[in-house]
Amino acid sequence: MRPGTGRRKRISSVFVAFCAGSVLLALVPLAFVLFFVVSQGIQSLNVAFFTHMPAPVGEPGGGMANAIVGTLILVGLGGIFAVPIGIMSGIYMSEYAGTWLASLVRFAADTLNGVPSIVVGVFVYGIAVLPFRQFSALAGGLALGIMMIPIIARTTEELLLLVPGTMREGALALGATHARAVFTVVVPSAAQGIITGIVLAIARIAGETAPLLFTSLNNRFFSTTLTQPMSSLTVQVYSYASSPYQDWHRQAWAGALVLVAIVLTGSLLARFATRRLESLSPR
Amino acid sequence: MRAGRAAGDLAFRLGTGLFGLVLVLLVAAIGAELVRQSWLSIETFGLNFWRTSIWDPVAGEFGALPFIWGTLYSSMLALLLATPIALGIAVFISELCPNRLRPPLVFLTELLAAIPSIVYGLWGIFVLVPAVRAAETAFPQALKSLPFFSGPPFGLGMLSAALILAVMVIPFTSSIAREVLKSVPVAQREGAYALGATRFEAITAALYYARTGIVGAVLLGFGRALGETMAVTMVIGNSPKVTLSLFAPQHTMAAVLANEFSEAADDLYLNALIEIGLVLFVITLVVNSLSRLLIWSMARSERQAAATTVVPAAESAA
Amino acid sequence: MRTLGIAAIGFTVLVASAAAQKMQIQGAGATFPNPIYSKWFSEYNKLHPNVQINYQPIGSGGGIRQITGQTVFFGASDGPMTGQQLKAAPGALMHLPTVLGAIVPVYNIPGVTGELKFTGELLANIYLGKVTKWNDAAIAQLNAGVKLPATDITVVHRSDGSGTTYIWVDYLSKVSPEWKSNVGVNTSVNWPAGVGGKGNEGVSGIVTQTPGSIGYVELIYALQNKISYGTVRNAAGEFTKATVQSVTAAAAAAATQMPADFRVSITNAPGKGVYPISSFTWLLLYENPKDKAQAKTMVDFVKWALTDGQKYCAPLGYAPLPDSVVKLELAAIARIRTS
Repeated sequence: MRPGTGRRKRISSVFVAFCAGSVLLALVPLAFVLFFVVSQGIQSLNVAFFTHMPAPVGEPGGGMANAIVGTLILVGLGGIFAVPIGIMSGIYMSEYAGTWLASLVRFAADTLNGVPSIVVGVFVYGIAVLPFRQFSALAGGLALGIMMIPIIARTTEELLLLVPGTMREGALALGATHARAVFTVVVPSAAQGIITGIVLAIARIAGETAPLLFTSLNNRFFSTTLTQPMSSLTVQVYSYASSPYQDWHRQAWAGALVLVAIVLTGSLLARFATRRLESLSPR
Repeated sequence: MRAGRAAGDLAFRLGTGLFGLVLVLLVAAIGAELVRQSWLSIETFGLNFWRTSIWDPVAGEFGALPFIWGTLYSSMLALLLATPIALGIAVFISELCPNRLRPPLVFLTELLAAIPSIVYGLWGIFVLVPAVRAAETAFPQALKSLPFFSGPPFGLGMLSAALILAVMVIPFTSSIAREVLKSVPVAQREGAYALGATRFEAITAALYYARTGIVGAVLLGFGRALGETMAVTMVIGNSPKVTLSLFAPQHTMAAVLANEFSEAADDLYLNALIEIGLVLFVITLVVNSLSRLLIWSMARSERQAAATTVVPAAESAA
Repeated sequence: MRTLGIAAIGFTVLVASAAAQKMQIQGAGATFPNPIYSKWFSEYNKLHPNVQINYQPIGSGGGIRQITGQTVFFGASDGPMTGQQLKAAPGALMHLPTVLGAIVPVYNIPGVTGELKFTGELLANIYLGKVTKWNDAAIAQLNAGVKLPATDITVVHRSDGSGTTYIWVDYLSKVSPEWKSNVGVNTSVNWPAGVGGKGNEGVSGIVTQTPGSIGYVELIYALQNKISYGTVRNAAGEFTKATVQSVTAAAAAAATQMPADFRVSITNAPGKGVYPISSFTWLLLYENPKDKAQAKTMVDFVKWALTDGQKYCAPLGYAPLPDSVVKLELAAIARIRTS
């Protein structure tokens, strides 16, 4: 063997050990937190939780049915707003990477990502609540959507940039328009990654309270009206966790558990869907 | 046919560009709104706002320095802790781990991201902070004289905040880094191995190839840390002070804004709070500019290297 | 397909008509009365099934801002609005006290299980950072017979703005001239010492977890979390514990000099058996609101809450209003235009 090989091999082994160690290290707090949430939340999960509205303290059988539905609606609204803008912006940034507009969009996306959720909430309050004198689910969805955009856009951009140029060129050589080449060849080959971006964005906003406090407010009653305040798991959990009552605390934990479950289920479904998509795309 | 194609391509460019423009306008609108709603405070305090350490709602004196300090300190620490681990995880999942282990590990990392920040905060108060307090109390006396470790062991403070932020940042950076690494063409790695590289060296080559994506992943994580509110405010002690000590309670911009916004009823107080939001906005802009410069210089050095060496096309093994 | 369409239309009509009959009134404000308000709105909904009152606890300041911006029909606050805030509102606003609350000094001292006695001045000095150890002479002389350790005092205050803070510092300002001049009164102040917890539950959490700490929370938090809380010396010199009776007594003492708009602080109230750190919490309503139907319903609700509703207070840890104050309010509420 050449001299120096032993040292290089040792460095490599240390590196591999470090990577494996990182995984274990990250799993430790995860296990702790999960154990905490599950052990506290599972006690209060019952059928009533999923079918009843919040009850005043001391009355048994309260639930968060309206909050569960509300969260799904708000996240859905956010997604409807954010996914098209995010993906299209990401496509522009990667396809026309050298232009001044692409650099500007990238810069704007990174800045938007650092804006704290409460600032987004205050901004949307100013443009969508105050002028109409109305708290609404639409305003809440807008606030959540705004927070999702940069994550989706940047992830889409970075992944599209990594698609080998040969794929794009191949499609163009076969006579496809630019749009066709991008949408039928480039994007599907990065689909798994783009979905990761969307899932991350949803995970990011599904647990947010601050942007909803001044936009969709919250609602003790069941409501699917988009122009009225809408209940959400995060605000309800926050409200209960801030109270002095053990019963409400237990329900707050149950709510947190349901929230985590919703986000995970969504991510699993998304992965499953794109696995089929990826098996069809050329790679 | 040609003209139709050109028109189609132009429409595509304009269409996607328009969406990008919406993003830019959104950010500009937020910035403008922040300025508008904090104008009274800007007029009253001017640049002193950035330099003063007093936060006195009763006397009407406001200064953002302790919050700027707390935000930057906690985010930097979090990044320092989280980035190596996140990259280690990304590398492990995409390069080193057996195929069967991959889906569950991906699932577990995303699980970390799915936990709402308020849950992290509550876990922080009941589990992390007491543990940190115990660690601080047991800390060797000799090291306690260092400015980093001075002060009584509250448990609540910069260390707890940095730890919690690191845990929250890890899944973001690692998920994106993982996707980025997955997209590095197989040819890159195979070429390295063919040349006799160790695993470390081959992976480093892949990381280098994907470096702008990796920096993007780190930036996204940093943005997450800068703006995180709920979890931080529950463990950092919420005490506006500028100090190096990891043990001392401190405060961040996002935390003070979230804490005091709903109760602030007089105009100057409200404006000062919004100005803190503006300061955070500006700082995010500055951090982004610096990292853009970093990426640009990285790309520049690659262009220079490419111009002076003769290298076969990287994707020849397509 | 056609039957599906008809069913859809029928369903929509049904829902729409049901929705048309339900009245939803929006309110927002203080977090402190949220438990009793949610009980009240639920009980009232049982009596009047078509009335849904949606109250959200976003904080006293939030309540004031939202009612001023008219995004809600009524607000709620633990601290009365200032003259400036009232002027900023687009119409005349009325303050209506609903229940009473008390703030208690909670502590976690290793080895001490009983009740400690405090004076207002001592509490101020602790929060000013002047008294730093639990075995300080100032504490010991009030609590002869209690073995106080030489532990440092960790002061815990609120990190978020709050009506609770307002009441606490309002009391401290009345009993300590130094507090009044150096720190002052607001929903959020420049705390000379200590760490900040978010919300009443944040402070409770920190105190429970930190040996040697002292904090201030609403009575119900101390009771529910089973944290030790001390007695405080009132203006008549007695060391009183916060109970439903001693808090209601504080309001009764103030009733004789109640201003017409009910904006009064009852901390450090004179009289026997009074707990000195007590306060009203108010509903904020426009005297001439636009929506007369909602106004009529709200007036009816308030009348119910001030009379029948008061029986739900004590079990939830709130002190009911004294009859003298209720009488004054029922008279004042006639000012709200319902037609």
